[in-house]
Amino acid sequence: MLDTYEILETIKMIKKENLDIRTITMGISLVDCSSESVKKTCENIYNKITKYAKDLVKTGEDIEKEYGIPIINKRISVTPISLLTPVNKKEDYVEYAKTLDKAANDLGVNFIGGYSALVQKGYTDKEKMFIDSIPMALSVTSRLCSSVNIGSTKAGINMDAVYHVGKAIKECAELTKDNNAMACAKFVVFCNAVEDNPFMAGAFHGVSEGECVINVGVSGPGVVKCEIEKYPDADFLALAEIIKKTAFKITRVGQMVAKEAAKRLNVPFGIVDLSLAPTPAVGDSVAHILEQMGLEKCGTHGTTAALALLNDAVKKGGVMASSSVGGLSGAFIPVSEDAGMIDAAKCGALSLSKLEAMTCVCSVGLDMIAVPGDTSAETISAIIADEAAIGMINQKTTAVRIIPAPGTKKGDMVKFGGLLGEAPVMEVLPFSAEKFVKRGGRIPAPIHSLKN
Amino acid sequence: MKAVVTVIGVDKAGIIARISTKLYEKGVNILDITQTIMGDIFTMIMLVDVKTKETSFSELVTEMKALGEEIGVEVTVTREEIYKSMHRI
Repeated sequence: MLDTYEILETIKMIKKENLDIRTITMGISLVDCSSESVKKTCENIYNKITKYAKDLVKTGEDIEKEYGIPIINKRISVTPISLLTPVNKKEDYVEYAKTLDKAANDLGVNFIGGYSALVQKGYTDKEKMFIDSIPMALSVTSRLCSSVNIGSTKAGINMDAVYHVGKAIKECAELTKDNNAMACAKFVVFCNAVEDNPFMAGAFHGVSEGECVINVGVSGPGVVKCEIEKYPDADFLALAEIIKKTAFKITRVGQMVAKEAAKRLNVPFGIVDLSLAPTPAVGDSVAHILEQMGLEKCGTHGTTAALALLNDAVKKGGVMASSSVGGLSGAFIPVSEDAGMIDAAKCGALSLSKLEAMTCVCSVGLDMIAVPGDTSAETISAIIADEAAIGMINQKTTAVRIIPAPGTKKGDMVKFGGLLGEAPVMEVLPFSAEKFVKRGGRIPAPIHSLKN
Repeated sequence: MKAVVTVIGVDKAGIIARISTKLYEKGVNILDITQTIMGDIFTMIMLVDVKTKETSFSELVTEMKALGEEIGVEVTVTREEIYKSMHRI
């Protein structure tokens, strides 16, 4: 017989502490979809996606009901679209974008990711055209997500591409200014992007991946917070143990769901991403975990240390719970999607520079951050370069998802709604980095990239 | 397939009778029951065997939940694997 305590604990985690599976993401390779005409390629894309993912949403819902665990999102990621052919003008890429969006709409998935390019070392004329197409593509679609990888530990940072995406972000904001610059919330710039990430906006199906795969992202900041709450006087070693044990349990559920979904869809199981992903809901915040550890407000001195402990313990706990861990795996700190982060930013405890420091020790980076509408493309590019440098030197993934919402100034709120939440506009430094950003070329790879 | 039925709520007469009658009507066999009263709170956990040929599982989940609301207790029905996978290696 099952243990009463264990059953009640599981139910409490789900019902009271917001334990959920954040996403089941099906990765689909579109490598074989290129053909002689844009129209035919679009047809191939649509047919392939709707064939493989036709039961994705239903399967997710069935599992949710049978196992009693909420599965918040069902998503699709595809091969980076910049690789598709033929393309003669940027509008051709936009056609592909519309096709992806239509497929996502028809299937009822929440998001489709992979409108992406990997340009960490250099970029072709086609890829330049692709980056030019991103603002238009994101403004005419609703479920499409886009990402560009502009740096890696192996290749260095493609600063031409950094400036290019900086300008693209400004254009995204301008084109969707009537909708709170929503396009910016669906566009992320990476350094060291991973190929099996199930989380949006950065999910894409890497070129080294197979035909079709199921990746699962777990969640559960609320569960971790409630566990820590029970031990107010635990020292750090004990604290790390508590987090590890909790992360283990959360991940085990993710592993079970991933295996079950893969089996029912008859698709190989890829990875479980062990991330603690917050939502704007009360009780589902990473910032509140840090505050529970003893910080008055997230963002104050000590936050980086607290986050480092949390991130590491989550990985250690999760790694044994799953047969295959991948994706980003760590704690996410998206400002707009985390009630505690929003509060901390509003009251001035959390600044952009503190967030940058925090990204050194956790997964991803400057995520869902609103900055004043008059922030220049050069300043945004410089923020991206800083973040990419952290990723490149520390051999980790970093990302920037920044929203220069037109017409806003420091202290305003930018509302996105749903899981994307709302972001307080944060201050950027008024000093220019224009001359630096415009130098062009590539920041060379660091010495420790030479491992062979 | 095996499933776990949990019933939690303020104690009153007839909870076990009504829950088990419903399970019987749905062709569900009860394998094991533990039940305690913690304070005023009635807590029952049942391990049951669901023959999916006779009953669709999601229908059972919906009907049991509705019955719980009628009685005034919270009823969940989930496949047992979620508990096993979370707590047992």
